[in-house]
Amino acid sequence: MTTTDIVTIATRPRLERRPLRKILARPETGAFVAALAVLLFFSLYTPQFLSFAGAGVWLESASTFGIMAVAVAVLMIGGEFDLSAGVMTGFSALIVGILTTHYGLNIWVAVVVSLVVCLGVGAVNGVLVMKTGLPSFIVTLGTFFALAGIDLAVTKIITGQVAIQGMTKVPSYDSIQPLFGASVQIGGGTFYVSVLWWFVVAAVATWILLRTRAGNWIFAVGGALNSSRQVGVPVFKTKVGLFMGTAGAAWLVGMISLFRTSTVQANTGVGQEFIYIICAVVGGCLMTGGYGSAIGAALGALIYGMVFQGITFAQWDTNWLRTVLGAMLLAAVLLNNFVRTRAGGAR
Amino acid sequence: MSTETTTDRTDARPVPPRAAIGTTIVEVRDIGKSYGAVNALSGVSTTVAAGQVTCVLGDNGAGKSTFIKMLAGAHTPSEGELLLDGEPVTFASPRAALSAGIATVYQDLAVVPLMPVWRNFFLGSEMTTGAGPFRRLDVKAMKQITFEELARMGIDLRDVDQPIGTLSGGERQCVAIARAVYFGARVLILDEPTAALGVKQSGVVLKYIARSRDEGLGVVFITHNPHHAYPVGDRFLLLNRGTSLGNFEKSEITLPELTALMAGGAELDSLAHELEREMPGSPVAREMAAEASETVPEAVRPREG
Repeated sequence: MTTTDIVTIATRPRLERRPLRKILARPETGAFVAALAVLLFFSLYTPQFLSFAGAGVWLESASTFGIMAVAVAVLMIGGEFDLSAGVMTGFSALIVGILTTHYGLNIWVAVVVSLVVCLGVGAVNGVLVMKTGLPSFIVTLGTFFALAGIDLAVTKIITGQVAIQGMTKVPSYDSIQPLFGASVQIGGGTFYVSVLWWFVVAAVATWILLRTRAGNWIFAVGGALNSSRQVGVPVFKTKVGLFMGTAGAAWLVGMISLFRTSTVQANTGVGQEFIYIICAVVGGCLMTGGYGSAIGAALGALIYGMVFQGITFAQWDTNWLRTVLGAMLLAAVLLNNFVRTRAGGAR
Repeated sequence: MSTETTTDRTDARPVPPRAAIGTTIVEVRDIGKSYGAVNALSGVSTTVAAGQVTCVLGDNGAGKSTFIKMLAGAHTPSEGELLLDGEPVTFASPRAALSAGIATVYQDLAVVPLMPVWRNFFLGSEMTTGAGPFRRLDVKAMKQITFEELARMGIDLRDVDQPIGTLSGGERQCVAIARAVYFGARVLILDEPTAALGVKQSGVVLKYIARSRDEGLGVVFITHNPHHAYPVGDRFLLLNRGTSLGNFEKSEITLPELTALMAGGAELDSLAHELEREMPGSPVAREMAAEASETVPEAVRPREG
């Protein structure tokens, strides 16, 4: 953690029992304000944005990013990055696709195998980071490229193609599909079960962070590693668990995209790892660890989903999408920062 | 979070038997440590008694940290004896020393600046309530205990929810001390707690050292400032370049004597002897001898030879 971070956050006036001051000092407040601003903007700009049909679209878009953003935020609070998180969403789906369509494995078994393999990769990430002392940015950059190569090469070798076909013909496909890909119609909008998963993941992560010993340890190892060690926090276990957590979330997102579209490309997820980090930072996480919130990261993903779909709704030239996205994300971070420093600066 | 009162507190306060005031808890006899051929410390003896403060004084490089590392179990002495309650012991690790009730508060205090005071207080030994997947932090109880324990030390925090980084240096020291006391320390080793503090903050910390002493703890107070040591100390161990300059009861030494010793008065004395031998009767030697006899008490002069 840098000195500036400590100064910004630690020199805040003592939080007396003033509710407003207390709310302003929360990490997710900035993201909440920014999400409201984005919602308001697109709702006024295009009438269909705030309809059931519109909400279904941007909530769906936000949900998978949200699940990952929450997991990545928890990892960032613990002081680490995981660049392999994006490609792992494709990796997990490819495992299920290949095992079922090519080897005829029972789909439920394949899903569990995929989870175990993903958790294993997460554990390898964690153990490598802890044993080598290398920055997780480098270690997971390595696993990112290794997995990306495996995804393409192995899929090509086994299936002869770069995508999985024929998932719907797999026996028992219909028994597991609703768990990850179900949807309901409400008022003309389609709402996917992934939105529910997103809320559940955010709620569970918040519970863990704020109300369990593990949560206490996550904040501690991210905030001051040596101090944590001195007071007996199981640093190794905590960090490896965190990497396994993002891997588990990547598995969930992989299953969601596999069972919603019934296909998966060999390059699925590549390039999305930075979006997760952006969502987490927009949600109030410090890049340096020890500070942030799961709710904030979920809100960060909501902002992303709304902007992403809002541009389409607004019928702007989609070539500008990334530029607009970048600018809006920067603006959100600045607003977030402004709210945070105001909470700190007000005396 | 919950109003439940029947808690399954896995980490309830360990209450150690406290020895009567003045009973020796830890005694070191001619203890020393060498790293290969390098002699870091040798021939050091002192005692730490319940309800008393043993001050370890010395300049940089005097061997203070080597000494406390042996007490804290981080180093094993290469000579001499370490006795706990009269029995010879060797600590294999800091954890072993800790479970014997010897807690060390290092200069970095082992706190996480961005975390609330109460979370820091219980970090690594959190209290929980409920079972299975619903096992959760007993937030209410931990906040309450943190508030009470700090109040007992005389720190009145308006809000134990504030990040510990917002507290002053002295207050943070006190939280670290209160934490060690709460988790069952009998002997508290404080590594230069006043070194980075201003006059006022140092005063605050000295007050808490006195309070810990009055609670019946044996305190080992490491410092290089005799003005901080003398008011709270009962016993003074002076170290210089890896050897003991003496182990004095408070009745045996005055503050000026202590200061003189710390200021290298003994060295001044040997220097005077040296000059006298080299240039007998010279004005420089006479002046040096006069100055040495002014600053160095007879009791602590290095013996001839």
